[in-house]
Amino acid sequence: MADQPVIRIDRLSRSFGETTVLHGLSLQIDAGEFVALIGRSGSGKTTLLRTVAGLDPVTEGRVEVPDNRAVVFQEARLLPWRRVWQNVALGLDGPDGRERARAALAEVGLGHRLEAWPLTLSGGEAQRAGLARALVRAPALLLLDEPFASLDALTRLRMQALVAELWRRHRCAVLLVTHDVDEALLLADRVVVLDGGRLERTVAIDLPRPRRHDDPGFPRLRRTLLSSLGVADAAAA
Amino acid sequence: MPDGSVHDWNRAGPAAAQAPTVVRQRLRAPGRGWRRLASPIAIICLWQTGAWLGIIPAQTLAAPLRIGRTAAGLLGDGTLGHNLLVSLLRACAGLALAVAAGTVLALAAGLSRLGEAAIDPPMQMGRTLPVLAMVPLFILWFGIGETPKIGLVALGAVFPIYLNLFKGVRGVDPKLLEMARTLGLTRWQTLRHVVLPGALPDFLLGLRFAVGISWLMLVVAEQVNANSGLGHMMMDAQEFLRTDIILVGLFVYALLGLLSDQAVRLIEARTLAWRPTGARG
Repeated sequence: MADQPVIRIDRLSRSFGETTVLHGLSLQIDAGEFVALIGRSGSGKTTLLRTVAGLDPVTEGRVEVPDNRAVVFQEARLLPWRRVWQNVALGLDGPDGRERARAALAEVGLGHRLEAWPLTLSGGEAQRAGLARALVRAPALLLLDEPFASLDALTRLRMQALVAELWRRHRCAVLLVTHDVDEALLLADRVVVLDGGRLERTVAIDLPRPRRHDDPGFPRLRRTLLSSLGVADAAAA
Repeated sequence: MPDGSVHDWNRAGPAAAQAPTVVRQRLRAPGRGWRRLASPIAIICLWQTGAWLGIIPAQTLAAPLRIGRTAAGLLGDGTLGHNLLVSLLRACAGLALAVAAGTVLALAAGLSRLGEAAIDPPMQMGRTLPVLAMVPLFILWFGIGETPKIGLVALGAVFPIYLNLFKGVRGVDPKLLEMARTLGLTRWQTLRHVVLPGALPDFLLGLRFAVGISWLMLVVAEQVNANSGLGHMMMDAQEFLRTDIILVGLFVYALLGLLSDQAVRLIEARTLAWRPTGARG
């Protein structure tokens, strides 16, 4: 099962009018693999994720993705008029929706906020609820679109640890879009650098888990990734 | 007992510091309320005195005490109750029609481009019509029965319902709709969980406008032609120079407007409990 690709993207291109955002991009992600997609803004990483999520159409090329995929956006996108557990149970079939939502919320550490209104949650709590809503569907593929970008630094560290732990337990394939090189190093098996709609570079992160921010293997990989991103000064430092 | 006194002093310190402010607040709260009541009471007293002194003739404006006695009398012989009930039924029937039609039209226009193209232009044109100017036409069409009165209320109230609900349906956060798509919600589930609750605040705003307009329409419809209802009671009183009855009618209308607005606010508080307190209207 480990060698069976979950995502198979073949020569995917996408243009908006005159601008071409993706140029014949090919990428495979195996079952249970954690892939981070980094790139400057405008590199096409968000378009790629939206295409994989089924939110943008495939006009040129081929994209094979599993049906049971879940997305966590940068903003939690909870329905403010449904309680937290109802948001997590949204669209679940069967009578045990509430029980499954409760279990998922307990897993992300929100077991005490089941009945809360989403607008009363902090940014970190809302993002945890978003994660629970994704995981309760037992996805084969989890798509994370800069999920921690709008959180404060401390909350972001805690959420990264939570995602690492959830991934260790659920073992679904993950595609994480981020612009944070350290976040990619901390979480991913493989980092894919996107530039101008093309795959600039793929870097395997073969460091043992669980990883820490002061891992001795980080500086070398960080330099590699930053230079692929064209950040010369930081690469020289 | 030096220890004891120090202890007492510490305990009394903060309490003593707080006590004056608490007392002052308690005194001030009713004081403010009375101050706001003072001028209306003064006006009523002046009004009553003017009537006693003969400065304000009863044919111009009945005295407050007289109005009170008349109200009690009209309540006692059932006149007020009967007319109030008739008016209330007309307003409710008209409003119910407006809510039903406005909701159906707004959803049809809000949820499909074809519906919008078909429904929105005539509704936008219709809302610029002064509905009250249609009273003569309504009498020609429907005579003097219940139909023109209920119809007028419905026609006046349908526009705020339609316009606000349409805006609400169209204004639902596209990010939430996108999220619904990624969760694989069906069209019906998206409508039920995302679109309708998202449009509810706008609908309720429209309902509040509609309720206010309903009373306005009813007053005119009942004063132009009717043989029952509050407006009829007031027009009848006009023929006999009974300003006291007219004023009772006015107060009842004001009270009805106030109560119905409160009723919609109550619905808002119940159904929009998810909103942070600061954002409530």
